[in-house]
Amino acid sequence: MDAIFNPKRRTFLKVGAATGGGLVIGFYLPGAAGVAEAATGPTKLNAFVKIGADGKVTFVTGTSEMGQGAHNALAMMIAEELEVDFKNVRIEQGGIDPAFANPRYIGFRAVGGFQATGGSSSVRNVGVRVRYAGAAARFMLISAGAEKMKELRSECVAENGYVVHKPSGRKVSYGALANDAARQVAPDDPVLKQPSEFKIIGKATPRHDTPPKVTGKALYGLDVKRPGMLIATVAKCPVFGGKVKSFSADRALKVKGVKKVVQISSGVAVVADGFWAAKKGRDALEITWDEGPVAKVSSPGMYQSWAALAKGPTAAERLKTGDVATALATAAKRVESVYEVPFLAHVCMEPMNATAHFKGDSVEIWAPTQAQSWNAHWVSQLTGVPTSAITVHTTYLGGGFGRRLESDYVLDAVETSRAAGNVPVKVVWTREDDLQHDFYRPASHNVFEAALGADGMPTAWRHRIVGTSILQYFKTFGHFLRKDGMDPTSAQGAGDYFPYDIPNVLVDYVNNNPGVPSGFWRSVGNTQNGFLLESFVDELAHAAGKDPYQYRRQLFSKPHAARLRAVLDLVAEKAGWGKPLPAGVHRGIAAHFAYGSYCAQVAEVSVARDGKVKVHRVVAAIDPGWIVNPATVERQIEGAIFYGLTAALYGDITIKNGRVEQSNFDNYKILRMDEMPKVEVHILQGKGEQGGIGEPGVNPVAPAVTNAIFAATGKRIRKLPIKPEMLRT
Amino acid sequence: MATSLTLNVNGKSRLISVDDPDTPLLWVLRENLGLTGTKYSCGIAQCGACMVHVNGEPALSCITQVSQVAGKKITTIEGLSRDGGHPLQKAWIAEEVSQCGYCQPGQIMSAAALLAKNKNPSDAEIEQAMARHICTCGTYNRIRKAIHAAAAMTRKGA
Repeated sequence: MDAIFNPKRRTFLKVGAATGGGLVIGFYLPGAAGVAEAATGPTKLNAFVKIGADGKVTFVTGTSEMGQGAHNALAMMIAEELEVDFKNVRIEQGGIDPAFANPRYIGFRAVGGFQATGGSSSVRNVGVRVRYAGAAARFMLISAGAEKMKELRSECVAENGYVVHKPSGRKVSYGALANDAARQVAPDDPVLKQPSEFKIIGKATPRHDTPPKVTGKALYGLDVKRPGMLIATVAKCPVFGGKVKSFSADRALKVKGVKKVVQISSGVAVVADGFWAAKKGRDALEITWDEGPVAKVSSPGMYQSWAALAKGPTAAERLKTGDVATALATAAKRVESVYEVPFLAHVCMEPMNATAHFKGDSVEIWAPTQAQSWNAHWVSQLTGVPTSAITVHTTYLGGGFGRRLESDYVLDAVETSRAAGNVPVKVVWTREDDLQHDFYRPASHNVFEAALGADGMPTAWRHRIVGTSILQYFKTFGHFLRKDGMDPTSAQGAGDYFPYDIPNVLVDYVNNNPGVPSGFWRSVGNTQNGFLLESFVDELAHAAGKDPYQYRRQLFSKPHAARLRAVLDLVAEKAGWGKPLPAGVHRGIAAHFAYGSYCAQVAEVSVARDGKVKVHRVVAAIDPGWIVNPATVERQIEGAIFYGLTAALYGDITIKNGRVEQSNFDNYKILRMDEMPKVEVHILQGKGEQGGIGEPGVNPVAPAVTNAIFAATGKRIRKLPIKPEMLRT
Repeated sequence: MATSLTLNVNGKSRLISVDDPDTPLLWVLRENLGLTGTKYSCGIAQCGACMVHVNGEPALSCITQVSQVAGKKITTIEGLSRDGGHPLQKAWIAEEVSQCGYCQPGQIMSAAALLAKNKNPSDAEIEQAMARHICTCGTYNRIRKAIHAAAAMTRKGA
């Protein structure tokens, strides 16, 4: 076992011999809680890469695969550095280990670290560490190969799974070298390949997970089966925050197949030998709820109270430059608008579920989770079992979108397992549970004011956001919630990165939380603020009598917006901005920066007499810096456009008496195939830091569509979702 | 008292026992027979994740009572081909349709029923056949393309 500290990366590279022979390479963070620093033997090493004596390469990843293609992209990175055929790399899902923590987000020790998949961060953050592991393995294999062939190391290279002595052409396979390589000294600073040397990175590469996903063999959380496992459903109070006052299980226990009825923190769990019995048993429960104060909350009153708060004197500042008040007071022209955005559900195709086996002094969990560290942390808090005795087996995720960063559904399973007598239990949420007990994309009321100069360009921008806060609910990140109420996620995309060149800016936020759980929804604050900013700036362009593309172009003039301007130019060119369209079809444009990537989109839209909106085509340009798998980038942007468009056209979670009014796909509509626009994706690999891919494509589509609607009808959509009655003529 | 039924699933005769003959076929496939490729997502015939074939016709197993299908020929994704070699599965791989993949077995089952009747479907015919499905990863355009590709393969006798 060899360990090397590299201060630059704040990591230890660990090298050892694999169980059964071969080479393993991993990393760990120095000093992190529960770290494998104490690991005594190589078998304890939670590896990134294993090369067996049989030559097989296994890439072990701690990242969750929810469809975003991170497993494949990371495996491509290891194959690239290792110099092996990508087809010969097997991908294995690892457990919980500090080695798998996101290296950009160090710390978080109070919540068990940061092994979580979110923020479009796997490739751009975890990837570099994976590449170092591959480069280190390559270095040691070359050293071992040179020794074995008794040749100069400088004359040996790694090629397609072999170490080759260049002058003679002799070669030895990695499999034959793996044991010897494990005894080599690891390099202090493994040398990564240059982009010009890439053979795999940057090329469209088929995903390993497609074949199992088209044969039904891929294992999702809902497919987990354990010996003696029971199935449970949980009756939760329909009102947020409500509690069980009393209940009778008599009728439920008469349902054949129902084994037990137990109370847990989130409600009453019916434990049965199958789902159908568990659901019938739940339907037969008689529960009296203490609904609590949220039962008084309904959507109309909530938005009204936000409108009043928006006029109030108190708010937390997010961005302040210049003197907005004076600029507004002395403006040649002023534009004011009010916008509202609704709560949104995540609607993962696979409803929330988890399997847990509480064993007294240890807990084993099988879950489709985005947040292994935090699951373990909160399970430890609940049970008192130390995180070192908590195992999380991650399955494939049938969608994630940020929903599975929460731990509620895992806690349901652990608590039910414990209450049912330490037996393995799978808790299955119905679709109704999933829609009505989500952590919703925050809703908000927004007031904009702008001043325009004589040239029509804005001299002042004032944006007040009033709405719910994610961090008030997401206890894992609770320390980021500022004392003045500022939740940076609520203002994300409105004030942290402000793309427009405007001298006087004030963006502030009023945190008001009526009791509706809010959470991370694919692209988080950017989803609402991208729509808001790019709608209001479109209003300014029209108020100034200028072309919306050219107006933005002029506003994206500062260096930090150069790459945003580049994708704007590219999308305008590719969409044929300004060129004729079929009768009745109109264009809208929007651009937004999120998670390190710059994305611009043009939507082509027509509006029928009955107000029905048809989106014919969306052209997207994205600059995430350098990319790993262009096939994945294209598909993620397509999926993001779908996700943002579904929200823009249909997404609306409304509250009545503290309850969510929507329950299933019949009243929470999702875009179907005939409504999906053609999508064109153009990738620009700009210079600078690598950006994320899962989320940034979501944000420009809603404003591109509503800006096109304005071009078509002269009607400005200031409240989402877009409803036909807003546009009927 | 438990009810015993004989089901014909993927060409095999399977004896099952259920407490409630109204149990949806979906849960019998998944829990009694271990055929987990058929997915639960909505339970009310709105999303298509649970699509199987009953006597060759697409059927939503979440609303099909198991007692209704005794003696009928049931095909699930596991029985569509021996080794993922159905033209649709090949086309799905070539087009790389799946993202999270959860809805795709159901989508493929509807597409297979379509192609069994129509070797050269138009976009509109595909959209009609796939209208019962939802994919929240937004893979619809790839699905349409893969169905066309599989249809072309079938016409060539692949």
